[in-house]
Amino acid sequence: MKLHEYQAKELLARYGVPTPGGKVARSADEAAAAAEELGGKVVVKAQVHAGGRGKAGGIKLANSAEEARAAADELLGANLVTIQSPQGQPINSVLVEEQIDVARELYLGAVIDNQSGRPVVIASAAGGMDIEQVAEETPEQIHSQAIDPACGFQGYQARALAFATGLDGDLNRPAVALISALARAFEENDGSLAEINPLVVTGDGKLLAVDAKFSIDDDADFRHRDLVELRDKSQDDALEVEAEEAGVQNYVKLDGDIGCMVNGAGLAMATMDAIKFEGGEPANFLDIGTANDPEAIVTALRLIGADPDVKAVLVNIFGGLARTDVIAEGVVQAKRDGLIPQPTVVRLAGTNVEEGTRILDESGIELIRADGFADAARKSVEAAGEGA
Amino acid sequence: MGVLLDENSRVVIQGFGGAGQREAKTSREYGTQIVCGVTPGRGGQVLEDTPIRNTVREAVDEFGANVSLIFVPAPFAADAILEAADAGIPVAICITEGIPVQDMVRVKRALEGSETLLIGPNCPGVITPAARARAGIMPTDVYLEGNVGVISRSGTLVYETVDQLTRAGIGQSSSVGVGGDPIIGTTQAEALALFEADPDTAAVVLIGEIGGTAEQEAAAYVARMSKPVTAFIAGATAPPGRRMGHAGAIIAGKAGTAEAKKAALREAGAAVADSPSQIGETCLEQLRSAGLL
Repeated sequence: MKLHEYQAKELLARYGVPTPGGKVARSADEAAAAAEELGGKVVVKAQVHAGGRGKAGGIKLANSAEEARAAADELLGANLVTIQSPQGQPINSVLVEEQIDVARELYLGAVIDNQSGRPVVIASAAGGMDIEQVAEETPEQIHSQAIDPACGFQGYQARALAFATGLDGDLNRPAVALISALARAFEENDGSLAEINPLVVTGDGKLLAVDAKFSIDDDADFRHRDLVELRDKSQDDALEVEAEEAGVQNYVKLDGDIGCMVNGAGLAMATMDAIKFEGGEPANFLDIGTANDPEAIVTALRLIGADPDVKAVLVNIFGGLARTDVIAEGVVQAKRDGLIPQPTVVRLAGTNVEEGTRILDESGIELIRADGFADAARKSVEAAGEGA
Repeated sequence: MGVLLDENSRVVIQGFGGAGQREAKTSREYGTQIVCGVTPGRGGQVLEDTPIRNTVREAVDEFGANVSLIFVPAPFAADAILEAADAGIPVAICITEGIPVQDMVRVKRALEGSETLLIGPNCPGVITPAARARAGIMPTDVYLEGNVGVISRSGTLVYETVDQLTRAGIGQSSSVGVGGDPIIGTTQAEALALFEADPDTAAVVLIGEIGGTAEQEAAAYVARMSKPVTAFIAGATAPPGRRMGHAGAIIAGKAGTAEAKKAALREAGAAVADSPSQIGETCLEQLRSAGLL
């Protein structure tokens, strides 16, 4: 789960990370009032869950309360299209912040390194840029320290990162405190990604987190109820939110026209690959997992059927924990209720396949039956071609 | 005979709820020794013909358990894995999906230097057909006794793969689901090493997927192996930055793409199938050209 910039800053500030003075505004009036309070010269920043906001016009300078009002008026309610979100995301709030006199920009972040199985704190003197690009072009500019979970992030590690990025002299002590605060916030809140980019050294020699990102491990939701409440569902794909609210956890909308319902993430990805291999394009990723409940199957199929891009549906099930007879019942029910009017290809294998096949046979419903993986992919591509 | 499980495997199931009971039954019907279940507070009961104990230590002391199969819910699964390790269980197989990543960071650290080999989490388990030994959730009828080892990050895709192998007449020595999470106990490279050392395995099929760099590390090991490897990488069509069901299946950076992984495996000498429906055929060709058929 991603936090907005202002939420990430509030969280980091609780751990002692210094941030610019600022206020969230949800209307132009609120933005003007916030600018007034901050002395007039402000930055108005669109709050959306995507990077690349600046280039997309989501960050505006304002030199008076009236300019802040105009900037907020322009941003609020608009849909911000960035490199990271081609479909755009709605701007429902803006962060109004004091303008900062920037002397230097650095990067500070934390991620989990899967290879070592440890959280890693990363720092670079090359701030304000795309860190992956820095890592690729000038890897010597990236410094990292892994956190040993047995003893936590240590002072010497923070010092090493601070010195390596030129935060010495009077800046060293506050830098060590700031870096340690980020590490602690990351560990205590089950972070999956935290970034302060840029971390700014101001003209008068102070450190400030001028932009911040924080994502929380979805699997750790149960112990961070307070953070879960901060979630802004308007930033997520509407179909995906609907899927989630209906109890279908693993739905990702894609660009093609073949709707897929598969059990298991690996098989679901492989099904998409097989469709592509046969010349088609998947409309979604959907892993129904081990949902042994016809209702959940019907719900998943309703979502797929309601997607206006979908011209054919492919149900590919290899039953393990999931039972193919339950899936078959769900498919029959969804067809009877008219939830998937598109031509539907069904391939069943694994647990209870005889019973599943019998249910489909006896239903009298028109289905395209497939034998094997390649056959299923091929038939779905054909069906989508005819439905087009 | 195969890896991790053999005819001497004595399995304790931690978390003997609905799933644990059902899988105990299936494994027992297959021929596996399921010796005990552990559910704290239910010690002394008998469920599904299985004696229940409060702790893994009791399962080891009383029943000689040497494999633990873990179904404990995600918030408590890290605790269950560490309990198995503390009781001296040599092989702990964790099926549970959705364990917080930072819990696994701590588990992985705690298991450093331990005698316990962790398989998973978020995996389908392990099966050795020749020994009729099954500790997992896989359907049993697709497996055939043979000499090809199978390694996979995913569950259902490995059933699909094994089904293709079995239909082509290629039996399996063991099938190991290493798990779909970003941090797992035994990596693909480590699982390859188990098969390389197994005298009953002649070749290996590796089913990877997008995200992380585990396949590249596996490729580095493949280059040094004496046994032929056939591979497939799922997720060539997945968009970057999106989690595709498995917590580990998210492309971040170029190394995480199917393209980069396939290239690394090809370069290491593996035969890589382009379509998931061709894994069986590709393996068959590989076995023929290696003179193993």
